[in-house]
Amino acid sequence: MEKSLEQIQYQALEELEKASDVESIRALTTRYLGRKGELTKLLREISGLLPDERASFGKKANAAKRILDHAVNEALTRVQSAAAPTGEWIDVSLPGRHSGVGVLHPITQITQQICDIFQKMGFDIAEGPEVESDYYNFEALNIPKNHPARDMQDTFYVSENVVLRTHTSPVQIRTMERQSPPVRIIAPGKVFRCDSDLTHTPMFHQVEGLLVDENISFGDLKGMLTAFVHQMFDEGTSLRFRPSFFPFTEPSAEVDILCVICRGKGCRVCSQTGWLEVLGSGMVHPALFEKVGYDSERYTGFAFGMGVERIAMLKYGIDDIRKFFENDARFLMRF
Amino acid sequence: MKVTLSWLNEYVPIEMGVDDLSDALTMIGLEVESITDRFEYMKNVKVGRVIDIQPHPATDRLKICVVDAGKGLLRIICGAPNVKKGMLAPIALPGTLFPDGTNLDKSIIRGVLSEGMICSEKELGLGLDQSGAMILGSSHRTGENLANALELSDTILEISVTPNRPDCLSLLGIAREIAGIQKTTLRYPDTRIADKFNDLSGMSSVRIEAADYCPRYSARVLSDVKMGPSPFWLQDRLISVGSRPINNIVDVTNYVLMETGQPLHAFDFDKLSENRIVVRTAMKGETFTTLDQKERIMPPDALMICDGQKPVALAGIMGGLNSEITETTSRVFIESAYFDPVSIRRTSKALGLSTEASYRFERGVDPSGTVSALDRAAVLMSGVSSGKILKGYIDETPKAIPQKKVILSVSKTKRLLGSDYSQDDISKLLSSIEFKSLKLDQDRIEVVSPMFRVDIDRPEDLMEEVARLSGYQRIPTTFPSMPAGIRKSNNMVEVRNRIKTVMVGLGFLEVINYSFIHESSQDRLMLPDNDPRRKKVPILNPLSEEQTCMRTSLVPGLLGTLQRNLYQQIRTLRLFEAGKIYIGQGGDRLPVEKEMLTVLRTGARFNPSWHGKETPCDFYDLKGVVESLLESQHVMGVVFTRMPKEICYYTRPGYTAQIRIKDVPVGLAGEVHPEVLKAFDVRQPVFIAELCLDDLMLHLPDTKQSVPISRYPAVLRDFTIIVDKEIEAWNILHCANDAQEEFVENIQLFDVFYGKPIPAGKKSISFRITYRSMNKTLEDKEVNQIHQRISNLLLKSFNASLPE
Repeated sequence: MEKSLEQIQYQALEELEKASDVESIRALTTRYLGRKGELTKLLREISGLLPDERASFGKKANAAKRILDHAVNEALTRVQSAAAPTGEWIDVSLPGRHSGVGVLHPITQITQQICDIFQKMGFDIAEGPEVESDYYNFEALNIPKNHPARDMQDTFYVSENVVLRTHTSPVQIRTMERQSPPVRIIAPGKVFRCDSDLTHTPMFHQVEGLLVDENISFGDLKGMLTAFVHQMFDEGTSLRFRPSFFPFTEPSAEVDILCVICRGKGCRVCSQTGWLEVLGSGMVHPALFEKVGYDSERYTGFAFGMGVERIAMLKYGIDDIRKFFENDARFLMRF
Repeated sequence: MKVTLSWLNEYVPIEMGVDDLSDALTMIGLEVESITDRFEYMKNVKVGRVIDIQPHPATDRLKICVVDAGKGLLRIICGAPNVKKGMLAPIALPGTLFPDGTNLDKSIIRGVLSEGMICSEKELGLGLDQSGAMILGSSHRTGENLANALELSDTILEISVTPNRPDCLSLLGIAREIAGIQKTTLRYPDTRIADKFNDLSGMSSVRIEAADYCPRYSARVLSDVKMGPSPFWLQDRLISVGSRPINNIVDVTNYVLMETGQPLHAFDFDKLSENRIVVRTAMKGETFTTLDQKERIMPPDALMICDGQKPVALAGIMGGLNSEITETTSRVFIESAYFDPVSIRRTSKALGLSTEASYRFERGVDPSGTVSALDRAAVLMSGVSSGKILKGYIDETPKAIPQKKVILSVSKTKRLLGSDYSQDDISKLLSSIEFKSLKLDQDRIEVVSPMFRVDIDRPEDLMEEVARLSGYQRIPTTFPSMPAGIRKSNNMVEVRNRIKTVMVGLGFLEVINYSFIHESSQDRLMLPDNDPRRKKVPILNPLSEEQTCMRTSLVPGLLGTLQRNLYQQIRTLRLFEAGKIYIGQGGDRLPVEKEMLTVLRTGARFNPSWHGKETPCDFYDLKGVVESLLESQHVMGVVFTRMPKEICYYTRPGYTAQIRIKDVPVGLAGEVHPEVLKAFDVRQPVFIAELCLDDLMLHLPDTKQSVPISRYPAVLRDFTIIVDKEIEAWNILHCANDAQEEFVENIQLFDVFYGKPIPAGKKSISFRITYRSMNKTLEDKEVNQIHQRISNLLLKSFNASLPE
């Protein structure tokens, strides 16, 4: 009996090796392992054995069965991969099972890009309150009460001395009050101004930057912001610095880039000027240093700020700023 | 600020083309916002010849003119008395927009179609004559553009002037900057007066009772003025920069305002009681009727110009109706003053009244320029009204405005700008716009700024002048040398970014809603009166009703977003927002700002597809997301337990979990209350979770630690117990875990069942426990013993039974 077990195993393995198509493998499987197969038949004869033989035979027979099962699978794999297709197929063009795709809001994406660039240049991220005191939002930034510069920003008031911050610049003051030079921070965040049209929403996002150290010059401001613009847009982007006015910087500069839409020829987006304003900047006004107790003889610095929505609109070709806050899923999924 | 090239040319010969000029102005800080052709509106106005004149069938007053305007013959209905066959006249074609704002279309006039219009001088803005058609010289070619034929050409520049440069709110100011760019000289207008008439002294006086608010007041008087419209050149100039002509006297004050930036006011001298002026602040509750015929209550401290008895003008902002120049005026009192900027701004803001004059006074006019502007106005008025300038003038200066001297260090200038300048360069640059400098030593220069430059206080202000006059482009681009130190990064920013990334990975869309909401939002969330989220931060000047206070919850914003998307038939949504809420503290105290994460899920569990029937998502889909999120951040000790009814407001009681970490509540997860959904017009179940990120931060592990991983096989054992339905499953899991049996690697709840054959009020719960040892293969016997201990513990602790 045991001999024939080995024989069956040997014979079956040999034939399986030779089999060259699925049908013949199936036939062999039935012949040896099927309900009336040779190995099965042999196993049934186990009842005729002595009890002490049964255990060892059973073990061997089961081992043989395992080996043959394995061999059948191997043979099937061999002929299926090597041999011609059998005509079985699945429709791979049917949609797969989705667990859903999430997307970061475009404003978050652009903010992170901006922050990444400056973090690589050694800036830390700082944050501050969104509802601010008049002092931090204006006074400390050299914008006294009853100064026409207050007209530059339409302010939401919460009480006489509390406002929704109109820019992220208060973070400059809060940081300098806390920390002595050198200071290198960027401050991203929400800001608020009462204004609403195609290019203004009452809430929007800014990233503000501040660098204070010994011997920081206007040339350094130009260098860093040029590096930033080249990273944010592309290496070839032309930019220009032109004089402007912010109460908290002196000298002040507006940074324009060559219009990304018309490449300087003049179009609707750039109001026919060929240039797009993307950043406000300047050397920190000594009055700020006096407020926070920095030695303005020893330290100089520069600050800059930009509107995140504006940059997102330029980069993604969005013509209406309000879309950012309507949060239509179809709009958000594009980014 | 609008200026025209032709007007600028009076003060400085412009040597550049208009595009170059515009660039140059922009690059010294006077941003040119637009360049327009002054005669753009005439592009459809042609020279035409009247070929024939026929009577109008309906009326004698009109004629039908057949006109050749270059392209075929036009029939034009015309009422002008002077049209003659063969004459040349300006013909406006349909589409012409006239300076008075009317638009010309083809039209049927009393039954006859008119294909254009024969224009008068006045209609074209080329003169004052409106008696009939403008007659053109016979040398012109028909069909030619009228602007070409008459050689009309002018350009309007719209310049954005920053608040620090009131000196550039005038033609002269801008011309001065151009002269500086071109290195040419500025031609000031003639202000020489041959005042040979009666002496003013003794006829009038000015008394200033508020010297701080009115440091200087100058005045002149003209007699025998003949009131009337201004001559064309004067009207034309005003119109060209967007100002409306009124009468010859008022027009001159506006002209001089535009020219010099000094606001003037003309009073009817005979309406001034006692022919004198008193400058004082308003009395409490004093009312005054301004030129625009509005009676206003004067704010405290408002500066008033009065005569011997009563107020006659609101200083620096608007004149009074009671002393206005009218057709019958024969003597004019011209005021040219310097008012304190803060005072004017305060009053202007308080009254909500801003004028060309107040705009300039609040920014600061030239304190030294009152008399020259006054003289300029007197000369012009005398010219346009044949008035006689009385001899002498009044010039009260109760408070002198000192000239400003600033010491500028050349080396510091070089250091701040990062560019090289010599002392000479600097002096030359500054002198090109009328700064005077005196060399003190090798390094320092004493600079006296002209009085009209109210923005110069510090050396840095002068450095900016140096930089902008020499050009920012001249400054080399450098990079600061920076120490390589690194500060500890901002934890909140990192955590927030990490959490957002995980949420995106879990298939959620990030939204950003406005931080302000409708004031009824707290009602719509059904929050009780004593809830901290009722402590609103109101906005005093909201833009709309929807945005009257700061949000105290992200939920209304998200439900609003959901509603908008539902309107677009987007019904399956997974949204999240991370942002601040603001809890008011009252008065001038800053609100408490808390950083929240709110997650919303609604619609189908999976996006509808061919894989199976669409099943709606439920509480556990949302809970799974929160669990995954917290797991991804390795937060330990998280428990979801039923939210007590008394504090379950905007989510469904019984269907809401309080999320606790180490027994501290950090948020909730649940189904939005149907009443709340109704208030937001949402008609499908919505699940939300809220986590306070500030609180969560406290539970994030600082470090991560590797643990040894066993190389031995695991043994799995299941067991099922029957417990009271009321028992929350986490209790059982917690209890099993707390037993801290050796070799227990994991306890997983894999089935919950109630209904037959489980008795009513009970449920069966099945667990699978994974056993594994670190250093051996576990024996069945060992495992069975532990498994038995755990099941006994549970049976006893929860009064449970085993299934039959």
